[in-house]
Amino acid sequence: MAKARLKVPKKAKKGDIITVKSLISHPMETGQRKDKKGNKIPRKIINNVVCNYNGKKVLESNWAPAISANPYLAFNLRASESGTVEVIWTDDDGSKTTQSAKITVS
Amino acid sequence: MKKARLIGAAIVGFGMTLTAAAYAEDEVRSGYYWATEETKAMQDDDFANPGFIWVESGSEHWTKVEGDAGKACQSCHENAEKSMVGVANKYPKYREDMGKLQNVEQRINECRTKFMKAKAFKWESEPMLALTTYVRHQSKGLPVEVDIDGPARKFYEAGKAFYNERRGQLDMACKHCHQDNAGGILRANVLTQGQSNGFPTYRLKWNKIGSLHRRFRGCNKQVRSKPFAYGADEYVNLELFLNHRGTGLKIETPAVRN
Ligand code: HEC
Ligand code: HEC
Repeated sequence: MAKARLKVPKKAKKGDIITVKSLISHPMETGQRKDKKGNKIPRKIINNVVCNYNGKKVLESNWAPAISANPYLAFNLRASESGTVEVIWTDDDGSKTTQSAKITVS
Repeated sequence: MKKARLIGAAIVGFGMTLTAAAYAEDEVRSGYYWATEETKAMQDDDFANPGFIWVESGSEHWTKVEGDAGKACQSCHENAEKSMVGVANKYPKYREDMGKLQNVEQRINECRTKFMKAKAFKWESEPMLALTTYVRHQSKGLPVEVDIDGPARKFYEAGKAFYNERRGQLDMACKHCHQDNAGGILRANVLTQGQSNGFPTYRLKWNKIGSLHRRFRGCNKQVRSKPFAYGADEYVNLELFLNHRGTGLKIETPAVRN
């Protein structure tokens, strides 16, 4: 079960550059490793991350197998209005994990 | 930082003997000291530190009712952020009724089986790692201070003997790597003093958090000696010795190491 964390400043001034931090617990299995019996361990990674700010996509990133387990992603955003910052991680199996946080912009 | 670079130069110039000599015997240093800047930064940021996944998960297990007695850890110990401060830094402890030492994992399982009437956790299982990390984290920043006097002395001495004893096909003791050559290079690794203050530790190589006994098993296997079982008396004695050796260091749980 993937567990996700998201950190967004609670308050910001309009026009400020804020840092959004995110982390998801995930094995990021590359698909290139073998188990003890020599069978290939199937690939299972987060292949896509999207950040929406009040419903508008502000970041999208496609991930590849070289990304470490429990990936941490931080990025900057310009605070334009109060509302919700939401991050969505998509697994190879299609399942999605969502975390959101509120920000007040004055 | 400046000092680390200086020592780096010494390695190139004069070989390993000088490196070891650069450290006074009684100078204790956490593995943090030798970690790369990136690893240090990851440990220092509670958010970027992946070990906090287990801290958070531990806080959830803490309040979860399990077992026939219908209790959670919280039922007796209330708020861990108060009741567990200054607890784990004093473990392992001598238990008179058991006639031997007990460490944190074993204490947790005793509470589960005796008081909660729940099944014992497996040593390296997710809930055990999470609860141990959560409990040890409450002592973060506090100095390691174990009691080795009185009846604990015998077990401390046994741990010390284990530490200094050659074993395995490579015929090496813990001290050969972590005392005589701390600061030196072993294959791609910088050898540290092998301190225990950051455990359970998030290891980038493991891609997860791991217990101190897992590390002991790994270090035993490295010299091709047969590892002991998780929670074996030999390892709990060794844990007491190691913690005492690190007296003065601060608990870093969850530390990040490569
Ligand atoms: C029914 C009550 C009860 C429950 C439930 C319980 N414990 Fe305990 N716990 C105790 C008692 C009693 C002690 C012994 C206190 C002492 O030695 O001073 C203890 C001691 C401990 C200690 C050592 C404290 C110290 O100062 O040395 C730890 C750590 C601990 N428990 C963790 C847990 C965890 C984790 C759980 C849940 C998995 C748990 N306990 C559930 C009653 C309980
Ligand atoms: C052949 C060399 C070697 C021997 C012998 C050895 N280790 Fe290690 N140990 C390592 C390496 C390499 C690492 C990872 C880098 C480091 O922290 O030194 C390590 C790491 C550790 C760590 C983790 C340190 C940290 O900061 O997270 C502990 C604890 C440890 N060893 C304990 C022991 C104990 C106890 C023994 C004896 C049973 C032992 N080691 C024997 C090579 C060795």
